[in-house]
Amino acid sequence: MRMELIQPFINAADAVFAESLQAPTKIADLAMDEETYRRKGIAALILIKGEIEGRVILDLAPEVALKVATHLAGSAVEQSEQVARETVCELANMVIGNSVTLLNDQGFRFKVFPPEIHVNEQGLAGGADTEAMVICIETACGQVYLNIAMHYLHRRRQEREPASALD
Amino acid sequence: MQQFAALLRKDSRPVRYLVVDDSVFARKNLIKMIEMFGGEVAGEAGDGLTAIAEYNRTKPDIVLMDITMPQMEGIEAVERIVRQHAEARIVMVSSVGYQENILAALQKGAKHFVQKPVKPEVLYEILRYVLSDDPTAAGAPVALAGEHRS
Repeated sequence: MRMELIQPFINAADAVFAESLQAPTKIADLAMDEETYRRKGIAALILIKGEIEGRVILDLAPEVALKVATHLAGSAVEQSEQVARETVCELANMVIGNSVTLLNDQGFRFKVFPPEIHVNEQGLAGGADTEAMVICIETACGQVYLNIAMHYLHRRRQEREPASALD
Repeated sequence: MQQFAALLRKDSRPVRYLVVDDSVFARKNLIKMIEMFGGEVAGEAGDGLTAIAEYNRTKPDIVLMDITMPQMEGIEAVERIVRQHAEARIVMVSSVGYQENILAALQKGAKHFVQKPVKPEVLYEILRYVLSDDPTAAGAPVALAGEHRS
Protein backbone atom coordinates (compact mmCIF):
# COMPACT_ATOMS: atom_id res chain seq x y z
CA MET A 1 0.00 0.00 0.00
CA ARG A 2 1.46 3.30 -1.09
CA MET A 3 0.26 5.72 1.54
CA GLU A 4 2.02 8.64 -0.14
CA LEU A 5 -0.27 8.06 -3.13
CA ILE A 6 -3.39 7.55 -1.06
CA GLN A 7 -3.01 10.32 1.49
CA PRO A 8 -3.71 13.14 -1.02
CA PHE A 9 -7.10 11.57 -1.82
CA ILE A 10 -8.03 11.22 1.85
CA ASN A 11 -6.96 14.80 2.57
CA ALA A 12 -8.83 16.10 -0.47
CA ALA A 13 -12.04 14.23 0.38
CA ASP A 14 -11.88 15.45 3.95
CA ALA A 15 -11.32 19.05 2.83
CA VAL A 16 -13.93 19.00 0.05
CA PHE A 17 -16.70 17.75 2.35
CA ALA A 18 -15.70 19.97 5.26
CA GLU A 19 -15.53 23.06 3.05
CA SER A 20 -18.58 22.27 0.96
CA LEU A 21 -20.77 21.53 3.95
CA GLN A 22 -19.15 24.11 6.22
CA ALA A 23 -19.02 21.51 8.96
CA PRO A 24 -16.29 19.31 10.42
CA THR A 25 -15.79 15.79 9.09
CA LYS A 26 -14.33 12.72 10.78
CA ILE A 27 -12.59 9.63 9.45
CA ALA A 28 -14.91 7.02 10.94
CA ASP A 29 -13.26 3.91 9.60
CA LEU A 30 -10.26 2.87 7.54
CA ALA A 31 -9.64 -0.64 6.24
CA MET A 32 -7.68 -2.59 3.66
CA ASP A 33 -9.71 -4.40 1.05
CA GLU A 34 -8.46 -7.07 -1.29
CA GLU A 35 -11.92 -8.17 -2.27
CA THR A 36 -14.08 -6.88 -5.07
CA TYR A 37 -15.63 -3.59 -4.01
CA ARG A 38 -19.39 -3.69 -3.55
CA ARG A 39 -21.01 -0.30 -3.67
CA LYS A 40 -23.15 0.93 -0.81
CA GLY A 41 -25.03 3.60 -2.74
CA ILE A 42 -24.25 5.54 -5.89
CA ALA A 43 -20.60 5.01 -6.75
CA ALA A 44 -18.51 7.18 -9.06
CA LEU A 45 -15.46 5.41 -10.44
CA ILE A 46 -12.48 7.42 -11.67
CA LEU A 47 -9.53 5.83 -13.44
CA ILE A 48 -6.02 7.25 -13.35
CA LYS A 49 -3.37 6.18 -15.87
CA GLY A 50 0.22 7.28 -16.27
CA GLU A 51 3.27 7.27 -14.02
CA ILE A 52 0.89 6.41 -11.21
CA GLU A 53 -2.14 4.26 -11.92
CA GLY A 54 -5.22 3.04 -10.20
CA ARG A 55 -8.76 3.93 -9.43
CA VAL A 56 -10.76 5.86 -6.90
CA ILE A 57 -14.41 5.25 -6.03
CA LEU A 58 -16.57 7.76 -4.22
CA ASP A 59 -19.67 6.10 -2.85
CA LEU A 60 -22.66 7.81 -1.23
CA ALA A 61 -26.16 6.68 -0.38
CA PRO A 62 -28.68 8.54 -2.62
CA GLU A 63 -30.24 10.27 0.37
CA VAL A 64 -26.82 11.52 1.51
CA ALA A 65 -26.08 12.82 -2.02
CA LEU A 66 -29.41 14.67 -2.09
CA LYS A 67 -28.74 16.23 1.31
CA VAL A 68 -25.36 17.47 0.03
CA ALA A 69 -26.99 18.78 -3.16
CA THR A 70 -29.64 20.65 -1.15
CA HIS A 71 -26.99 22.16 1.08
CA LEU A 72 -24.82 23.32 -1.82
CA ALA A 73 -27.67 24.63 -3.94
CA GLY A 74 -29.01 26.55 -0.96
CA SER A 75 -32.55 25.46 -1.79
CA ALA A 76 -34.57 22.30 -2.26
CA VAL A 77 -33.42 20.15 -5.18
CA GLU A 78 -35.41 17.63 -7.17
CA GLN A 79 -35.36 14.39 -5.21
CA SER A 80 -34.40 12.20 -8.13
CA GLU A 81 -31.76 9.57 -8.78
CA GLN A 82 -30.46 11.73 -11.64
CA VAL A 83 -29.71 14.62 -9.26
CA ALA A 84 -28.13 12.21 -6.79
CA ARG A 85 -25.91 10.75 -9.51
CA GLU A 86 -24.85 14.14 -10.74
CA THR A 87 -24.05 15.23 -7.21
CA VAL A 88 -21.84 12.18 -6.67
CA CYS A 89 -20.06 12.88 -9.98
CA GLU A 90 -19.42 16.51 -9.12
CA LEU A 91 -18.19 15.61 -5.63
CA ALA A 92 -15.91 12.98 -7.16
CA ASN A 93 -14.59 15.59 -9.59
CA MET A 94 -13.82 17.94 -6.72
CA VAL A 95 -12.09 15.27 -4.63
CA ILE A 96 -10.06 14.00 -7.57
CA GLY A 97 -9.29 17.48 -8.86
CA ASN A 98 -7.90 18.57 -5.52
CA SER A 99 -5.87 15.42 -4.98
CA VAL A 100 -4.41 15.22 -8.47
CA THR A 101 -3.38 18.86 -8.21
CA LEU A 102 -1.18 17.87 -5.29
CA LEU A 103 0.21 14.77 -7.04
CA ASN A 104 0.79 16.69 -10.26
CA ASP A 105 2.67 19.41 -8.42
CA GLN A 106 4.86 16.63 -6.92
CA GLY A 107 5.94 15.83 -10.46
CA PHE A 108 3.80 12.82 -11.35
CA ARG A 109 2.34 12.80 -14.85
CA PHE A 110 -0.91 10.96 -15.47
CA LYS A 111 -4.31 11.20 -17.09
CA VAL A 112 -7.53 11.30 -15.11
CA PHE A 113 -10.61 9.88 -16.80
CA PRO A 114 -14.07 11.39 -16.22
CA PRO A 115 -16.13 9.77 -13.47
CA GLU A 116 -18.31 6.83 -14.44
CA ILE A 117 -21.33 6.08 -12.35
CA HIS A 118 -21.41 2.48 -11.21
CA VAL A 119 -24.84 1.11 -10.42
CA ASN A 120 -24.42 -2.56 -11.19
CA GLU A 121 -24.83 -5.10 -8.46
CA GLN A 122 -21.60 -6.92 -9.27
CA GLY A 123 -18.52 -5.58 -7.53
CA LEU A 124 -15.61 -3.56 -8.82
CA ALA A 125 -12.27 -5.33 -8.85
CA GLY A 126 -9.17 -3.46 -7.75
CA GLY A 127 -5.96 -3.59 -9.77
CA ALA A 128 -4.44 -7.03 -10.32
CA ASP A 129 -1.57 -6.29 -7.96
CA THR A 130 -3.10 -3.53 -5.91
CA GLU A 131 -5.00 -3.75 -2.68
CA ALA A 132 -7.47 -1.01 -1.96
CA MET A 133 -8.00 1.19 1.03
CA VAL A 134 -11.58 1.88 2.06
CA ILE A 135 -12.20 5.01 4.08
CA CYS A 136 -15.50 5.96 5.67
CA ILE A 137 -15.87 9.69 6.27
CA GLU A 138 -18.52 10.95 8.64
CA THR A 139 -19.98 14.20 7.30
CA ALA A 140 -22.80 16.49 8.38
CA CYS A 141 -25.00 14.86 5.71
CA GLY A 142 -24.10 11.23 6.42
CA GLN A 143 -21.42 8.67 5.63
CA VAL A 144 -19.26 8.88 2.55
CA TYR A 145 -17.06 6.02 1.35
CA LEU A 146 -13.84 6.34 -0.56
CA ASN A 147 -12.13 3.30 -2.06
CA ILE A 148 -8.62 3.94 -3.36
CA ALA A 149 -6.28 1.57 -5.19
CA MET A 150 -3.15 3.25 -6.52
CA HIS A 151 0.35 2.15 -7.48
CA TYR A 152 3.47 3.41 -9.24
CA LEU A 153 3.54 2.10 -12.78
CA HIS A 154 7.28 2.52 -13.28
CA ARG A 155 8.28 1.02 -9.96
CA ARG A 156 6.11 -2.01 -10.64
CA ARG A 157 7.80 -2.52 -13.98
CA GLN A 158 11.22 -2.28 -12.36
CA GLU A 159 10.16 -4.73 -9.67
CA ARG A 160 9.14 -7.22 -12.36
CA GLU A 161 12.40 -6.96 -14.29
CA PRO A 162 14.58 -9.16 -12.01
CA ALA A 163 11.89 -11.85 -12.03
CA SER A 164 11.83 -11.83 -15.82
CA ALA A 165 15.61 -12.21 -15.90
CA LEU A 166 15.34 -15.44 -13.88
CA ASP A 167 13.04 -17.06 -16.43
CA MET B 1 -24.73 32.71 6.15
CA GLN B 2 -22.01 35.22 5.31
CA GLN B 3 -23.05 38.71 4.26
CA PHE B 4 -21.38 40.43 1.33
CA ALA B 5 -21.68 44.00 0.11
CA ALA B 6 -23.25 43.83 -3.34
CA LEU B 7 -20.85 43.95 -6.25
CA LEU B 8 -22.27 46.45 -8.73
CA ARG B 9 -21.37 47.83 -12.12
CA LYS B 10 -20.32 51.42 -12.55
CA ASP B 11 -23.88 52.28 -13.51
CA SER B 12 -24.99 50.77 -10.17
CA ARG B 13 -26.80 47.92 -11.87
CA PRO B 14 -26.18 44.33 -10.78
CA VAL B 15 -23.22 42.55 -12.35
CA ARG B 16 -24.46 40.05 -14.96
CA TYR B 17 -22.88 36.59 -14.98
CA LEU B 18 -22.71 33.74 -17.45
CA VAL B 19 -22.26 30.47 -15.54
CA VAL B 20 -20.64 27.65 -17.49
CA ASP B 21 -20.35 24.16 -16.00
CA ASP B 22 -21.50 20.76 -17.24
CA SER B 23 -22.85 20.00 -13.79
CA VAL B 24 -26.26 21.54 -13.04
CA PHE B 25 -25.42 21.04 -9.41
CA ALA B 26 -22.18 23.06 -9.71
CA ARG B 27 -24.01 25.83 -11.60
CA LYS B 28 -26.63 26.03 -8.85
CA ASN B 29 -23.90 26.38 -6.28
CA LEU B 30 -22.29 29.25 -8.19
CA ILE B 31 -25.66 30.91 -8.80
CA LYS B 32 -26.33 30.82 -5.07
CA MET B 33 -23.08 32.73 -4.52
CA ILE B 34 -23.82 35.19 -7.33
CA GLU B 35 -27.10 36.00 -5.61
CA MET B 36 -25.25 36.45 -2.31
CA PHE B 37 -23.05 39.02 -4.09
CA GLY B 38 -26.07 40.92 -5.45
CA GLY B 39 -25.46 39.71 -9.01
CA GLU B 40 -27.76 38.57 -11.78
CA VAL B 41 -27.53 35.43 -13.90
CA ALA B 42 -27.48 36.44 -17.57
CA GLY B 43 -27.22 32.86 -18.81
CA GLU B 44 -26.08 29.32 -18.19
CA ALA B 45 -24.24 26.80 -20.34
CA GLY B 46 -23.20 23.19 -19.91
CA ASP B 47 -20.37 23.11 -22.46
CA GLY B 48 -17.92 25.38 -24.24
CA LEU B 49 -19.85 25.63 -27.51
CA THR B 50 -23.04 26.72 -25.77
CA ALA B 51 -20.99 29.12 -23.67
CA ILE B 52 -19.80 30.93 -26.79
CA ALA B 53 -23.35 31.21 -28.12
CA GLU B 54 -24.62 32.38 -24.74
CA TYR B 55 -21.83 34.93 -24.46
CA ASN B 56 -22.76 36.40 -27.84
CA ARG B 57 -26.43 36.45 -26.86
CA THR B 58 -26.17 37.85 -23.34
CA LYS B 59 -22.90 39.88 -23.33
CA PRO B 60 -22.33 39.24 -19.59
CA ASP B 61 -20.03 41.29 -17.37
CA ILE B 62 -18.34 38.16 -16.03
CA VAL B 63 -18.11 34.53 -17.15
CA LEU B 64 -17.52 31.79 -14.59
CA MET B 65 -16.09 28.94 -16.68
CA ASP B 66 -15.44 25.31 -15.77
CA ILE B 67 -12.52 23.61 -17.56
CA THR B 68 -13.46 19.97 -18.10
CA MET B 69 -16.67 19.81 -20.11
CA PRO B 70 -18.09 17.77 -22.99
CA GLN B 71 -18.00 18.93 -26.63
CA MET B 72 -15.65 21.85 -26.01
CA GLU B 73 -13.50 22.34 -22.93
CA GLY B 74 -13.39 25.61 -21.03
CA ILE B 75 -9.91 26.69 -22.08
CA GLU B 76 -10.78 26.45 -25.78
CA ALA B 77 -14.02 28.33 -25.16
CA VAL B 78 -12.02 31.08 -23.41
CA GLU B 79 -9.71 31.38 -26.39
CA ARG B 80 -12.63 31.68 -28.82
CA ILE B 81 -14.57 34.16 -26.71
CA VAL B 82 -11.54 36.38 -26.09
CA ARG B 83 -10.63 36.28 -29.79
CA GLN B 84 -14.02 37.80 -30.59
CA HIS B 85 -14.42 39.91 -27.44
CA ALA B 86 -11.08 41.12 -26.14
CA GLU B 87 -12.86 42.82 -23.25
CA ALA B 88 -14.35 39.54 -21.94
CA ARG B 89 -13.74 38.91 -18.27
CA ILE B 90 -13.57 35.21 -17.63
CA VAL B 91 -12.81 33.50 -14.32
CA MET B 92 -11.96 29.81 -14.51
CA VAL B 93 -13.61 27.60 -11.89
CA SER B 94 -12.19 24.10 -11.76
CA SER B 95 -11.45 21.23 -9.40
CA VAL B 96 -8.08 20.72 -11.07
CA GLY B 97 -5.80 23.51 -9.96
CA TYR B 98 -2.35 22.53 -11.14
CA GLN B 99 -0.11 25.12 -12.66
CA GLU B 100 -0.24 23.93 -16.28
CA ASN B 101 -4.02 24.27 -16.31
CA ILE B 102 -3.98 27.68 -14.72
CA LEU B 103 -1.25 28.97 -17.01
CA ALA B 104 -2.99 27.62 -20.11
CA ALA B 105 -6.23 29.37 -19.14
CA LEU B 106 -4.49 32.66 -18.35
CA GLN B 107 -2.52 32.51 -21.60
CA LYS B 108 -5.76 32.11 -23.53
CA GLY B 109 -7.20 35.20 -21.89
CA ALA B 110 -8.83 34.17 -18.62
CA LYS B 111 -8.50 36.81 -15.92
CA HIS B 112 -8.34 34.59 -12.87
CA PHE B 113 -8.73 31.09 -11.48
CA VAL B 114 -10.58 29.66 -8.51
CA GLN B 115 -10.44 26.06 -7.37
CA LYS B 116 -13.48 24.00 -6.41
CA PRO B 117 -14.95 23.64 -3.89
CA VAL B 118 -15.46 27.37 -4.24
CA LYS B 119 -15.42 29.35 -1.04
CA PRO B 120 -17.77 32.36 -1.30
CA GLU B 121 -15.26 34.71 0.31
CA VAL B 122 -12.54 33.67 -2.14
CA LEU B 123 -14.77 34.05 -5.19
CA TYR B 124 -15.98 37.41 -3.90
CA GLU B 125 -12.46 38.79 -3.64
CA ILE B 126 -11.55 37.46 -7.08
CA LEU B 127 -14.66 39.05 -8.61
CA ARG B 128 -13.89 42.34 -6.90
CA TYR B 129 -10.40 42.23 -8.34
CA VAL B 130 -11.53 41.28 -11.85
CA LEU B 131 -14.30 43.88 -11.87
CA SER B 132 -11.93 46.59 -10.69
CA ASP B 133 -10.17 46.12 -14.01
CA ASP B 134 -13.45 46.78 -15.80
CA PRO B 135 -12.71 48.61 -19.06
CA THR B 136 -16.30 49.81 -19.27
CA ALA B 137 -15.88 51.34 -15.84
CA ALA B 138 -13.32 53.76 -17.34
CA GLY B 139 -10.85 53.16 -14.57
CA ALA B 140 -13.34 53.68 -11.78
CA PRO B 141 -13.26 51.15 -8.99
CA VAL B 142 -16.15 48.74 -8.76
CA ALA B 143 -19.01 50.12 -6.72
CA LEU B 144 -19.89 48.23 -3.60
CA ALA B 145 -23.38 48.79 -2.27
CA GLY B 146 -23.21 50.42 1.10
CA GLU B 147 -19.59 51.41 0.57
CA HIS B 148 -18.90 55.11 0.80
CA ARG B 149 -17.32 56.52 -2.34
CA SER B 150 -16.11 60.08 -2.72
